[in-house]
Amino acid sequence: MNIPDNLLYTKDHEWVKIEGDNSTIGITDYAQNALGDITFIDLPKVGSIIKRSGRCATVESVKAASDVYAPLTGEITKANAELASHPELVNKSAYESGWFAQIKAADLSEKSKLMTAAQYKEYVQGLSK
Amino acid sequence: MNYISHTEIEKSEMLKAIGVKSVADLFKDIPQELRPKSFDIPKGKSEFEVIEHLKSLSRKNATRLTDFVGAGFYDHYIPAAVDALAGDPRFYTAYTPYQPECSQGWLQAIYEYQTVICELTGLDVSNASLYDGGTALYEAAMMAVRLTGRKKIIVDSGVSLIYRTMLYTYTSNLSIEFVETPVVHGQSCREDIFKNLDDKTAAVIVQNPNFFGAVDDFSDIVKRVHASGALAIASVYPVSLGMLKSPGEMGFDIATGEGQSLGLPLSFGGPYLGFIGVKKECMRQMPGRIVGATVDKDGKRGFVLTLQAREQHIRRERATSNICSNEALCGLRAVIYTSLLGKAGMKDLAQLNYQKAEFAKSILDKVPHVKVKRSSPTFNEFTLELPKNADDVVHRMINKGFACGLPLGRFYKGLDNYLLVAVTEKRTKEEIVNFANSLEAALCS
Repeated sequence: MNIPDNLLYTKDHEWVKIEGDNSTIGITDYAQNALGDITFIDLPKVGSIIKRSGRCATVESVKAASDVYAPLTGEITKANAELASHPELVNKSAYESGWFAQIKAADLSEKSKLMTAAQYKEYVQGLSK
Repeated sequence: MNYISHTEIEKSEMLKAIGVKSVADLFKDIPQELRPKSFDIPKGKSEFEVIEHLKSLSRKNATRLTDFVGAGFYDHYIPAAVDALAGDPRFYTAYTPYQPECSQGWLQAIYEYQTVICELTGLDVSNASLYDGGTALYEAAMMAVRLTGRKKIIVDSGVSLIYRTMLYTYTSNLSIEFVETPVVHGQSCREDIFKNLDDKTAAVIVQNPNFFGAVDDFSDIVKRVHASGALAIASVYPVSLGMLKSPGEMGFDIATGEGQSLGLPLSFGGPYLGFIGVKKECMRQMPGRIVGATVDKDGKRGFVLTLQAREQHIRRERATSNICSNEALCGLRAVIYTSLLGKAGMKDLAQLNYQKAEFAKSILDKVPHVKVKRSSPTFNEFTLELPKNADDVVHRMINKGFACGLPLGRFYKGLDNYLLVAVTEKRTKEEIVNFANSLEAALCS
């Protein structure tokens, strides 16, 4: 399973890449694999304010609709428009072209509530036991 | 299928299997005071007695009145083929026909129905139908609330009071703010709509033709509504779409309506047919079943339910709506009806309705003291101003053999002398002339 070291993770299988003011978010390789073929993604609107652990997107796969929760509080500055016509990018490339949105985080100290790659790896392994 | 319920032997076997002594024991958790003391069910009757009873009830119905009542529900001719085809047991007795491997006929019928609704409304996507015009309008309003994240809805008072009442009833436990804007000289008041339109407005709802029969081009309203980030919703009369500008052409995001006029009998108010057409951008928030066309593994065309992740069996409490049934059989009648008429036939039908209503207007204009309201163009329904209370006139006209219209005072304050009259293709020249003569007599007496 792919769990890049440079990202932070949540228990709900979202990832965050913090680069200065800009944080990119998406769902993990584990999540895309569990969901199966993704058919549609309802992304947050640019300019909307999202709260950590609040619902910020919905992912539809062939037989399920799952909520994606915001890993950080902040304002959505960009959404991945490519996903509208190519939701399968999340299956193919969960951490690169399958990113969901960018947030301008309101409080980067929330970082401490996220897991490192090592912690997330341990967490995921615990789930499969 | 066998409709005989369980025998006593089967009942005792079932009770034994679950370890309960009697059927009454199954209900012993319900406190005595919450149970009914008795059931007021009469003793059984023979087939002959039941038929006689039903006949005596049906004799109370006035079936010989010549019908000039519309107000959202219209007396159109239904070709015999509609009953014959829709009555085929393969359609008529099928239940929840969604299993694609054994329901291709039904699924295709629903798919064709959806195509008809898209063509009529000029919009991209339709669902498999909703209960009636009112519930369809409610679903459209809720779509707008979900799509915009806003909670204020402007409703033109030219929208049927029945639908407005349904909207307010369905949403009474949701914090949605409704603002009603007036109808002035038969038309929606632009000024009031624009005054109320703001960044909290989720939708503006209008009706075409409106409750008074007036036809409008709402393109200018739609533009303003879109500029404020809200959705434009129209409730429409499908037969009128054979000649009027479609909701799609005017730029509406959602169109709903009552499909009764497409091959369904008036039948005391139901079952009816709610239809909804939406722009593709709104599709994910549309409630109900949607049938899509696809190909099987051999490349053959087939039909399946699609976009099911919107629905409650997958999305649970966050489903777009908890509506899971539809009016498939009524929708089937609509697709048979429209297919029999075809595109040209739908146009002719609309023209015929329009022309007969215009003829009726010209005749009624000559009745002393009766004024045909002509401030707006109309389709097949119009308002008459009478010198007397319209309710009284309606009662007098019943004795002369006419259901002469809807007294508007029942729905609108201050309109006691106004009568709403509908003229469908079924009304003959002779009936219309007799109607005018009878009205003249009713007003004199």
